[in-house]
Amino acid sequence: MVAAVNVSRFEGVTMAPPDPILGVSEAFKADTDEKKLNLGVGAYRTEELQPYVLDVVKKAENLMLERGENKEYLPIEGLAAFNKVTAELLFGADNSVLKEQRVATVQGLSGTGSLRLAAALIERYFPGAKVLISSPTWGNHKNIFNDARVPWSEYRYYDPKTVGLDFEGMIADIKAAPGGSFILLHGCAHNPTGIDPTPEQWEKIADVIQEKNHIPFFDVAYQGFASGSLDNDASSVRLFATRGMELLVAQSYSKNLGLYAERIGAMNVVCSSSDLAARVKSQLKRLARPMYSNPPVHGARIVANVVGNPALFDEWKAEMEMMAGRIKNVRQKLFDSLSAKDKSGKDWSFILRQIGMFSFTGLNKAQSDNMTNKWHVYMTKDGRISLAGLSLAKCEYLADAIIDSYHNVS
Amino acid sequence: MSSGGHGSATDRRLNALFRHLSSSARMDPQQLNSIAASPTSANQNDSVFSHVVRAPEDPILGVTVAYNKDPSPVKLNLGVGAYRTEEGKPLVLNVVRKAEQQLVNDRSRVKEYLPIVGLAEFNKLSAKLILGADSPAIRENRVTTVQCLSGTGSLRVGAEFLARHYHQRTIYIPQPTWGNHPKVFTLAGLSVKSYRYYDPATRGLNFQGLLEDLGSAPAGAIVLLHACAHNPTGVDPTLQQWERIRQLMRSKGLLPFFDSAYQGFASGSLDSDAQSVRMFVADGGECFIAQSYAKNLGLYGERVGALSIVCKTADVAGRVESQVKLVIRPMYSNPPIHGASIVAAILRDRDLFNEWTFELKAMADRIISMRQKLFDALRAREIWYIAGTPGDWSHIFKQIGMFTFTGLNPQQVAFMTKDYHIYMTSDGRISMAGLSSKTVPHLADAIHAAVTLVS
Repeated sequence: MVAAVNVSRFEGVTMAPPDPILGVSEAFKADTDEKKLNLGVGAYRTEELQPYVLDVVKKAENLMLERGENKEYLPIEGLAAFNKVTAELLFGADNSVLKEQRVATVQGLSGTGSLRLAAALIERYFPGAKVLISSPTWGNHKNIFNDARVPWSEYRYYDPKTVGLDFEGMIADIKAAPGGSFILLHGCAHNPTGIDPTPEQWEKIADVIQEKNHIPFFDVAYQGFASGSLDNDASSVRLFATRGMELLVAQSYSKNLGLYAERIGAMNVVCSSSDLAARVKSQLKRLARPMYSNPPVHGARIVANVVGNPALFDEWKAEMEMMAGRIKNVRQKLFDSLSAKDKSGKDWSFILRQIGMFSFTGLNKAQSDNMTNKWHVYMTKDGRISLAGLSLAKCEYLADAIIDSYHNVS
Repeated sequence: MSSGGHGSATDRRLNALFRHLSSSARMDPQQLNSIAASPTSANQNDSVFSHVVRAPEDPILGVTVAYNKDPSPVKLNLGVGAYRTEEGKPLVLNVVRKAEQQLVNDRSRVKEYLPIVGLAEFNKLSAKLILGADSPAIRENRVTTVQCLSGTGSLRVGAEFLARHYHQRTIYIPQPTWGNHPKVFTLAGLSVKSYRYYDPATRGLNFQGLLEDLGSAPAGAIVLLHACAHNPTGVDPTLQQWERIRQLMRSKGLLPFFDSAYQGFASGSLDSDAQSVRMFVADGGECFIAQSYAKNLGLYGERVGALSIVCKTADVAGRVESQVKLVIRPMYSNPPIHGASIVAAILRDRDLFNEWTFELKAMADRIISMRQKLFDALRAREIWYIAGTPGDWSHIFKQIGMFTFTGLNPQQVAFMTKDYHIYMTSDGRISMAGLSSKTVPHLADAIHAAVTLVS
């Protein structure tokens, strides 16, 4: 049998570059040097630099297996028990937005999938509306909005001079945006900088957003990982909700419950009435159905079991504090090592002020390349390192690498 | 042109209303944007979502929603294609339970992100399952297989890739087809046309119409083919007809996009049900294949599937895969691990695989016996004497797979739901997998009444 086409239809397809974040792990795997260190993707590691499956997750999975639950399709909006507990975790169980049933919650494919659903909603119902994203932000944000055909622009965020927040610039850029824009905010533990607004700054951000009739759009991927407290880390979102504002919130359980590969998260839309919430939910479903029909059940059940069971929930809180605590210890040790070894007098204290899994080192691309090429330290080109992948034992080695890259490479 | 093109919630409502009222006129978008609420107009605190209307329930999944609301003790859900046992219960296969126990017991297992393309072993085994272990396309590394979210996700990712990288943006889908197909392709950026498929007069394949319509499609157009157990009709081409379809498509350079959601469910044999796909791959040509494990491994809610793209060369396959990753990363980053791990555990283990083939055949056989029972029950009620009845009802056992396209019209279906609490899609499709010996009589009564009383 002879095929009619001799040349591939796809001969013109070019090789795409590797993903800037996920590609780092691939490069790390290929490296054979024993000193290699993977500080690329934000995945928590133990002090022994091993992946970590939370005890509560193992317990939940065993419970699920014992119960012998079936594998029927979830509804398009996901597992009802999950949707209930995820909204409660985010807003607080006694929050009026929940009591008044004003939140449309739809289970999504972790943070990415939830953001993509929201982007699709924006494209369809707010044609021409822009999303403002922080400069810098998680590398995949712009891809999500590009693929969803939602225009975006940046607001100033990171100030390299202070290695802190450019608050004036942020407020000015949000103010300058056309009214009714969506403002993408990191709920806590900003990725990649680790720099979060203070509570007072959050109030001012909320003021200017209200003034311009913008719509706040939170990405909450680290609830619990910033301070160690699930409630504290939700305070920015709750502040906005308390003001009676309508908002979008994407949640992920990849990091805080270590459920990375299970792809479990949620999209929450707080509306000014329960009827609106029902309508918005129905439209989110309409966008999910032609994308994947309905979401995967396994991760949702784990979350519902952990968060919905008081004993497991308490255990989770303890494990959460342990993980966040380890990262704080590593920050301290890295800072101490840098301060001790660096004779230039450079102030490395920004490392202690930054919050969450990541540190924005201030290293540029060439310096980051040096980290990899000379020191076998794998990180993203924007200078971001994942402290979750760092052990106390490796802090001194990392300090040497950073000092060398910072001072000897330009 | 108004300031910034996006004003207050009130502006948006007015604009939406204006568009609605002037929908018959071709409105200049600039004119639409120039409508703005007066600053003194009421309700600046209105919702930004006020223009969002409530969407109707999904036509297929909404059937289950309606079924769940019904308090009747005799209600029957023949809507969504999910297998039920003779006792009317969902089924988790024994091999699946075994595989899951293995996974949970394995203390070395972690939950780290999968690569964007998913679990490598799952991908390899899935390609072998649909193409055959000895497939030259696999040997020659010409196949890229990417784990996706069941059939829907595989179709969507494949379609998005085609919309970006293929010169022909039209896909031809059979008339009728699964209700979600047009939406998947449209949202992916393809334009959708249809080709004749089902012949209501014979309740079989309109083969001439199919050949004519594909024959007049533009060269290179994409063509959706149901690999086996066509949904919703259950009408499949014979192998000879498949061969003619293949020749026609290859002569016009049409690109096949197979939807394989029922491998093993149609005939009970995994290999037989893959014949159509393998026939196309054997001629060395290119094709897309969306695979689902929802039905044949009963993994519905785990969302396990794979997209395989068979290319002319290994080099092309490598480049295609890299671009498929760019579609996936901004959609959901990487796929869920649980279902794929279960599938890999079963496919890689000879004993589990064999056990699976037995369980699969048992499911397929139960459905075939339900077909026979329904036909017998209708015959006992002398249904073919009724005026307007769709034929002699032999189509019930001629059709293949989970579904039967009864030939009942939407009014008859509505009657059956209202008076007999039978839940099914309005196109007359019933899921045989939802029937049992106990419930067949009730369904037969309902069909008989519908055909007698409603036209």
